[in-house]
Amino acid sequence: MLRVENTEQAPVEFSAALIAKFDDIKSRYPEGKQKSALLPVLHLVQAEYGWVSAPAMDKVAEYLNILPIEVYEVATFYTMYFMRPQGKYVLEVCRTGPCCLVGAEKIMDYIEQQLGVKEGEVTTDGLFSWRGVECLAACGFGPVLQIGPEYTFYENLTTQSVDSLIADLKAKANN
Amino acid sequence: MGRKLLLQHINAPGINTLQGYRQTGGYAAVKKALKTLSPDDVVEEVKKSGLRGRGGAGFPTGMKWSFLAKPEGVPRYLVCNADESEPGTFKDRYLMTKIPHLLIEGMIVASYALGANTSYIYVRGEMMPQIRILEKAIAEAKNVGLLGKNILGTGYDLELYVQPGGGAYICGEETALLESLEGKRGNPRIKPPFPAIAGLYGCPTVVNNVESIAAVVPIINEGGDEYAKIGIGRSTGTKLISASGNINKPGVYEIELGVPVEEFIYSDEYCGGIANGKRLKAVVAGGSSVPILPANLTLKTINNESRLMSYESLSDGGFATGSMMGSGGFIVFDEDQCIVRNTWNFARFYHHESCGQCSPCREGTGWMEKVLHRLEYGHGKMSDMDLLVDVSKKIEGNTICPLGDAAAWPVASAIRHFRDEFEWHVTNAAEATTRNYGLAHYADPLPKIEKAEA
Amino acid sequence: MKVTIDGITVDVEPGTSILNAARQIGGDIVPPAMCYYSKLEGSGGKCRTCLVKVSKGSEKDPRPMPKLVASCRTTVMDGMEVQNITSPEVIEARKGVVEMLLINHPLDCPVCDQAGECHLQDLGYEHGAAKTRYEFDRRTFEKIDIGDKIQLHMTRCILCYRCVFTADQITNTRLHGILNRGDHSEISTYIEKAVDNDFSGNVIDVCPVGALTDKTFRFKNRVWFTKPVEAHRDCDKCCGKVTLWYKGEDVIRVTGRKDVYGEVEEFICNTCRFDTKKTADWTIEGPRKVSHKSVISANHYETMKPLPVVKTNPLLQEANKEQFERETRL
Repeated sequence: MLRVENTEQAPVEFSAALIAKFDDIKSRYPEGKQKSALLPVLHLVQAEYGWVSAPAMDKVAEYLNILPIEVYEVATFYTMYFMRPQGKYVLEVCRTGPCCLVGAEKIMDYIEQQLGVKEGEVTTDGLFSWRGVECLAACGFGPVLQIGPEYTFYENLTTQSVDSLIADLKAKANN
Repeated sequence: MGRKLLLQHINAPGINTLQGYRQTGGYAAVKKALKTLSPDDVVEEVKKSGLRGRGGAGFPTGMKWSFLAKPEGVPRYLVCNADESEPGTFKDRYLMTKIPHLLIEGMIVASYALGANTSYIYVRGEMMPQIRILEKAIAEAKNVGLLGKNILGTGYDLELYVQPGGGAYICGEETALLESLEGKRGNPRIKPPFPAIAGLYGCPTVVNNVESIAAVVPIINEGGDEYAKIGIGRSTGTKLISASGNINKPGVYEIELGVPVEEFIYSDEYCGGIANGKRLKAVVAGGSSVPILPANLTLKTINNESRLMSYESLSDGGFATGSMMGSGGFIVFDEDQCIVRNTWNFARFYHHESCGQCSPCREGTGWMEKVLHRLEYGHGKMSDMDLLVDVSKKIEGNTICPLGDAAAWPVASAIRHFRDEFEWHVTNAAEATTRNYGLAHYADPLPKIEKAEA
Repeated sequence: MKVTIDGITVDVEPGTSILNAARQIGGDIVPPAMCYYSKLEGSGGKCRTCLVKVSKGSEKDPRPMPKLVASCRTTVMDGMEVQNITSPEVIEARKGVVEMLLINHPLDCPVCDQAGECHLQDLGYEHGAAKTRYEFDRRTFEKIDIGDKIQLHMTRCILCYRCVFTADQITNTRLHGILNRGDHSEISTYIEKAVDNDFSGNVIDVCPVGALTDKTFRFKNRVWFTKPVEAHRDCDKCCGKVTLWYKGEDVIRVTGRKDVYGEVEEFICNTCRFDTKKTADWTIEGPRKVSHKSVISANHYETMKPLPVVKTNPLLQEANKEQFERETRL
C-alpha cells in the first residue's frame, strides 16, 4: 500500500513532445503489444518529473490502454523507478561484492557524511539523495556510482573524486 | 599471446563508429552470410564452432538455434540478453561501449539464421549510455542499408530495437527477460514451454547473450571449424573474462579457453598479479553465483593438476572441490578480505534480487542473509553454519528459475571451504569485527592423494 | 495415456497435469497445492508444495527428470512414472517448502478467521516441523480494507497469486495486484481503492490462508462452531449454489461450495455472498458433507453416533449406514 505521507500526488498532463517520444517507442512493437513500451515510457516519465507519481502512472496506463494496476505492479518491481520524490541528483553507489573489495563501503560512508543525509533521504536544499544499489556491471572499475536520468557513470571513486563530483553538481545546479 | 577474435581491433581509431568498424573489416560477416550462405548454413557453422552460451549456462548456441520452432505464418524473434548484472561480470558493458557494431553485426547474422525480422537488444536500464551508443550505431547501420528493408539487396528485412530494462537482476533469466520485454514484472516463466516454442509474445524466440551473438561474427568470417580449433576440448574459441577484485590490472580480457588460471592471475598479459604485493586468498571464477574456491583449489584441481580457464577444468571436482565458468566474472580476493562479509554481501544481493514468485527463494534468500548478517556482526552461533547449509539445500533445485541455485551455491561453497573462518567469527566475535581472519591455510599446497599400488 | 503415481496407474487424457492425474486417483498420493487452482488459468507453479519426482520421463524417453517438478504445471507423458509420498527426496523438499512458507507467517491462528479451514494449517500439520528455526522478526504489514466487505491482512499472505488471477478472469476489472518484489512483495491496490464488483468476493474463497477474509463474518465465530448447509436460490448473476454457515438459526456466512481440494465448484456473486443472509432467501438442500478429519466436524462427533433406537430397527440401520461406518472408524 502506498504510504502517501509527504508525497504530493499532483495531477499530471504529458506534453506533446513527451507523447511524441512515447509514440516513437510504441511503434517498435507489433500491433496490440503496446504494453511492451511500459518500461521505456516509465523511464521517460521519470526523466521528466524526477520520479513516478501515481497520477503519472494512471496517465501512462491510459496512454498504453492497460489497467493502472498493471503499471503499479511493474513500476514497483523494478528498482530504477522512484516511487517518491528524490533529490535533483541521485547518487547511486554500487554496494555489491567486487566493489566492496576495493572500498565501496568507505565511499558510501563518505557520501553520507558529506551530504549529511542518510540513504534514501533528500538534502535540505533538495539537490541530493543517495542510495546503495546492487551490481552495476562495472566491477573492474570500482568503486562506481551513477547519476540519472542519463545514468552518467563515475568510476574508480576516491574521496577526492567524490568531493569534486559533489562540487561540480552543486555548481551546475546553481547556474 | 593468445588469439583475439572479439577485441582484436579494440584500440583501432574510431572503432565505435561505422566507418572505423568497417575499416577493420567490419560487416564482412553480414555480407558473407546474407549473400553466400543459407540460414541453415549459418546455423550449421555455429554448430560446428562448438560455441557455448556465454551468459553463464554454457549451453551450445548452435543447438539452441536448431531447437527453434518454425511454424508457418508465425513470426520468430531473436532477443539479445544485455541485462548484464551478475556481480563480477562487466564484459558486455565493455563490448557495447567499445565496439557496438560488433554486436549489431552479430545480431544481423543471427537474426538471418533464425529467420527473425524483428529483433530486440534488451539492455539493463542502468546502462543508459550504452543504450544511446547502440541506438546511434543502429541508426548508422540503417543509414547504409545494413538494417531495415532489403538488406544489401538480398531481400532480407530486419528491424533492430534497443529495449531498456528497469533494474532487476532476475531479468537476465531468459523467460523473465521476455516477460519484462512484454512490459510485465520480471517473473520467470514456468517451463515448459521453452522460449524456442513459445517465447516473446508467445512466438518462437531465441535469447542469446551479447558475447555469444558477437562471437557469431568471427565464426562466420573464419568458419566454424577454424573457430573450433581454438580452445581446449569442448571449450572452444575465445572467452571474455571480466577480472575484478584485488588485482593489479582489473579489466576485460579475451582469452583462448584453456589458459592456466595461475597464468591468468599472475601474468602481465592478464591480471598482473595480486595488488599491493598481497597474497591470493580466494577466487570466484565465474560471477557471484558460482562456488567460491580457496587459493589452493583455484590454482590446482584436487588431483593436483593445473586448473585451466575452461568450462571443464573449472568445474573439475564438482561442487566438492570445483567451481564453474559461469559468465566469466573472475573476482579475486586477497588475504585481507573477509569471506564471511563477502558471503553476506552476496546473500544480500540475491535477497534483494529475488523476484518473490516462488516460496523457497523468496523466503530462503532473506533468511540466509539474516543469518549471515548475524555472523558477520558477531552475534552468530556455532549451529548457524549447519543451518545455512540446510537452508541452501532447501532452496537449491526447488525453485522456478536458477536464481535459487545461484543464491544457494555461494553460501554453501563458502561454508564448505572456509568453515573455520566462519567458526572463528563465532568463537572470536569481538575480534572478528575489528580484524580479518587472514590467509590461514587457504593457500597451502593440497595434500597428496595416495595412489593405490598397482 | 498411462501414468503411474506412487505405484498406482491411471489412464488420463493427454495434456493432464501430474497433479490432476493424482487427483483422479485420489487419496494420500495427491500432492498438496497452495497456489494451483484448477478453475484459474495460469495459476500454479509458485508455491512449490506440489513438487514431485519424475523417476521415468515416458515410455519413449525413460530418463528421469533431473530436478523435482511442480506437479501442477507438468503435463504427463505416456508411461511416465512419478513418485510423491514414496520419495524421501520429495518429502524432504516439501518439508523445506512448508518451513519457508511459515517463517514469515504470523502463526496467529487463534485469532484468525481462516483457522479450521486454512490450507496452510493443514499443510503445516502434515508436513511441518513442530518448532521453528527462524529467529528473526517476522514480516508484518498493516491490515487494510479493500472495500467494505473484504479485509486484506497481508501479513498472512503466502503470495499464491490466486486472487490476482480471480480478479483477472472472474471479475470485469482488476484493481489489486502484486506490488514490489522479493520478500517485500505485497498484494495491494497501491492507492486506496475499494475492490468492489459483482464477483470480487470470490477472492475470499480462493485465498488458501486468512489473508483475504469476509468482513461480514469477521470474528463472528469459529468455523467449527458453525453448521454448514448446502443451499441454492435463483440468481440472475451467478449459479446461486452456495454453502450457508449457520450459528443457531442465523446464517452468518455464505461461501461457494468447495470440493475436497478446497476449490469452489462454481464462483458466486457478491449479492449471494454478502447480501442474502436470511434462511427464507434460500432453498435448503441438506447438511454439507464434511470430512471426518476436518476440524469443522469436531463439535459434531456426538451426533455421528447412531441413537440406540436406530440400532434395533433394520430400516433405520440401512438409512444410517454411513454413520455406522463412521463410528467404526472413529
